[in-house]
Amino acid sequence: MSNNIIRNNLGKVQGMESENHHGVGHWKLQRISAIAMIPLVLWFVPSLLFVIMSGYNDAIDWVQNPLNATGLVLLFGTLFFHAALGLQVVIEDYVHLEGLKIILIILIKLLSILLGVLSILCVLKIFL
Amino acid sequence: MSRQRPLSPHLQIYKPQLTSILSILHRATGVTLSMGSVILVSWIIVLTLGEETYVIYTKIVNHWFSHLVLMGFTFGVFYHLSNGIRHLFWDAGYGYGLREAYISGSLVIFSSLLLTGMTWLLIYLK
Repeated sequence: MSNNIIRNNLGKVQGMESENHHGVGHWKLQRISAIAMIPLVLWFVPSLLFVIMSGYNDAIDWVQNPLNATGLVLLFGTLFFHAALGLQVVIEDYVHLEGLKIILIILIKLLSILLGVLSILCVLKIFL
Repeated sequence: MSRQRPLSPHLQIYKPQLTSILSILHRATGVTLSMGSVILVSWIIVLTLGEETYVIYTKIVNHWFSHLVLMGFTFGVFYHLSNGIRHLFWDAGYGYGLREAYISGSLVIFSSLLLTGMTWLLIYLK
């Protein structure tokens, strides 16, 4: 009997965890994407600043280099993935209206996918 | 959340410390950088639109005020990066002592200022 109660409570907690997407999976993915961002940011933030301030031909040449194009695709993909996970936690911490919270999280995820796909397609258009 | 209870920390009487300021700054830079990522997206979109549009874009970007905004974002990036690495060390179980937390916090401020300064020095020396 008491074993049943424990199992039921455990089941409830596990159910909530997957419902909020706030379990171990989210935690791990946030750290993995964070580690991936370290080399991407260290290399691409200074170079991007240089490129953004230079002329059109320099910028096109830079994106058409396969290494830079690869880095840009990885950067945009990881950036919006990491941002969506981070913003989700902030929303979960500060927005206490259940309905609004869910709507905001869905909006953040859709917007991140949109910006990620859009920017990666732009990189490919210039590269190809 | 059926009853209204006071939230902790109680902000009116809360005394800020280096550690708490760095903690909230990590979130603040995270949220700001998420919004600033639109600048990066706008750059790559404009680059696909051809030279004429891109020239207008670079003119806006090279205005002194845009430089100031970009410097702010550069600091945000390097701060979030440095403090993020600090967080990863905590996740791995290191640096929990009070002294360590203050030393790593000072290191984070130092490295983010240094990296921002180095980047913009290189940009202006070019």
